[in-house]
Amino acid sequence: MTIQTPTTEPATAPAPVASRRRFRLSGERAMFAYTWLVIAWLVLPILLMIVFGFNNPHGRYNQTWQGFTLKWYREIFSISDLTSALVMSLVIAVVSALLAGALGTGIGYALGRYRFRGASAMNLVMFTTISSPELIMGISLLTLFVSAGAGLGAVTITIAHVMFSISFVSTVVRARVITLDRSIEEAAADLGANAWTTFWKITFPMILPAVFAGVLLAFALSIDDFVVTNFTAGTTVTFPLWIWGATRVGLPPQVNVMGTLIFAAGILIAVITNLRSRAKTRRD
Amino acid sequence: MTTSAPHHAVPASSAAGRRTDHPAIEFVGVCKDYLTHGEAVPAVKSLDLAIAQGEFFSLLGPSGCGKTTTMRMIAGFEAPTAGKVFLDGQDVTGVAANKRDVNMVFQSYALFPHLNVLQNVSFGLERKKVGKAEIARRVGEILEIVSLTGMEKRYQKEMSGGQQQRVALARALVNHPRALLLDEPLGALDLKLRQQMQIELKRIQREVGITFVYVTHDQGEALTMSDRIAVMNAGLIEQLGTPREIYERPATRFVAGFIGTSNIVAAPVSRVEGGLAVLDLGPEERIVVPVPASVPAGREIEVSVRPEKIDLHRTAPQAAGSVLAGTVTEVVYHGTSTNYTVSTSTGSDFVVFDQNAHDAEDVASRGERVFLTWAPQHSYPIGV
Repeated sequence: MTIQTPTTEPATAPAPVASRRRFRLSGERAMFAYTWLVIAWLVLPILLMIVFGFNNPHGRYNQTWQGFTLKWYREIFSISDLTSALVMSLVIAVVSALLAGALGTGIGYALGRYRFRGASAMNLVMFTTISSPELIMGISLLTLFVSAGAGLGAVTITIAHVMFSISFVSTVVRARVITLDRSIEEAAADLGANAWTTFWKITFPMILPAVFAGVLLAFALSIDDFVVTNFTAGTTVTFPLWIWGATRVGLPPQVNVMGTLIFAAGILIAVITNLRSRAKTRRD
Repeated sequence: MTTSAPHHAVPASSAAGRRTDHPAIEFVGVCKDYLTHGEAVPAVKSLDLAIAQGEFFSLLGPSGCGKTTTMRMIAGFEAPTAGKVFLDGQDVTGVAANKRDVNMVFQSYALFPHLNVLQNVSFGLERKKVGKAEIARRVGEILEIVSLTGMEKRYQKEMSGGQQQRVALARALVNHPRALLLDEPLGALDLKLRQQMQIELKRIQREVGITFVYVTHDQGEALTMSDRIAVMNAGLIEQLGTPREIYERPATRFVAGFIGTSNIVAAPVSRVEGGLAVLDLGPEERIVVPVPASVPAGREIEVSVRPEKIDLHRTAPQAAGSVLAGTVTEVVYHGTSTNYTVSTSTGSDFVVFDQNAHDAEDVASRGERVFLTWAPQHSYPIGV
């Protein structure tokens, strides 16, 4: 290694070991800087949202820092339209995540475990739904609902969200099922368990982490979905739709507070899951 | 093909009460085809087999010989294409796996990773709605037999391969099945542990007195543990017999080659004298082999002789039995024995194991001319 880093030390024949060490150090420093740059890039917008939840703006626009306040946390539910939009979003997210979880787990299990006529077609459909643009999905869902004569609202939003979440759940579950040793289920049958007992006592606990991850993913996809929701909502207003409408007249800081709380809840779940799996790894 | 009566050395404590006069397991005309690309590929062709109560029975053969398929048909994981399977005289051909009174030890152990040892072993009894106190008693008893007492709260990942193996064994045995099926259970263990578990398995089988059906491709394992062995090849049983019968009197060329090492010579019978056929191979070379009276002079037969039965000489011997001349092409020292490869006038190479019983030098070295001799009773005619 011939590269010498510039040094202010007296040039009294620096040992090659030392120079190599200094080079590695500067490399480490670059890596360190790069890492923090990426983290900042990812976190800064979120951080800004959190900070402006504590801002005390004088006008309608919450875009310049004008002083610290906890007012918006106290008055978080003071805008009733916004509150009901958030509640609507939460209800739709929970219901659609659970439905997508149940249906997606079944599909993922079938795709991962069995070979059957149409399995590869099913796989293709799953990946198509994941990869197709939301705009296309929104338009086609709208066409479907309108031509079926279904009144647009919470129900159609939920149906739409379940529809695009299923693929994610089933893909995650399928990936887990494929790695399972098939003879474990055979062992359960061998010990006298019927198909129902085998699934609930043996298979389900083993794929539970994947099911849980799939449901969380579905929840996250649903709660902030805008495009598909916009097409299928009719007059129903969800949290993202309300925000979209409010941007033209200025966003109230309550939006930042709600965003902060949703984000905090997500972080909390991630941390708990991480800690639990770490405890489990230690036990295993 | 001779089959000896199996020995029921130790009557079972718990399984004994249910014992019937029927074979523990019986196959009648069983075939199994697998569909591959719309084509029926036979895995098992016309199998007739009776495994006796309390027997340690091995299915031995190379991979793809149908031994695992046979075992899975006993367990109920595969349905025969034709024929019938009986357990204790009852036709179970159409009975699902979870309704059959047999249990299996899987090659991968297939322990339930989210359940501890106690929960794993109790699983079968819970399915049968056995009372809590009875479960605790039987689980405690079986964990003692497999030397796992004190490990009740452990999970699979906290145990060594040998311990996991014992859990799999306990989980199956605790149900007192009519037969225990073992699918290459020692395959994943290292040599030392494997040998230890062989002895252990044999002890446990004697202790519980349950019929063991053991699938393996390891001939040493099968010879060591089994009461009887079925050697399978290409979906058929080539030979069924005690380890000694199979080793000493291989019924087919496949068995002779698969079990241990065999030297095989094919030659016409020169003459038959008092139950011994003499196959002259040269002026001073001949093979002497006991044959049934039905074998006439002139018929070509295959003769098998085991490497450890052969003596090696430097000078032409005056022996009454078989004599062959040849040249040593390979000498390999194995510690307990020295193995010679000798190229003979029969056209085939002979392998000779010479026990290193004395501190002697090698009997012969590479390139040396030697004579092989063995007693008449150590020749065995294949398929006669």
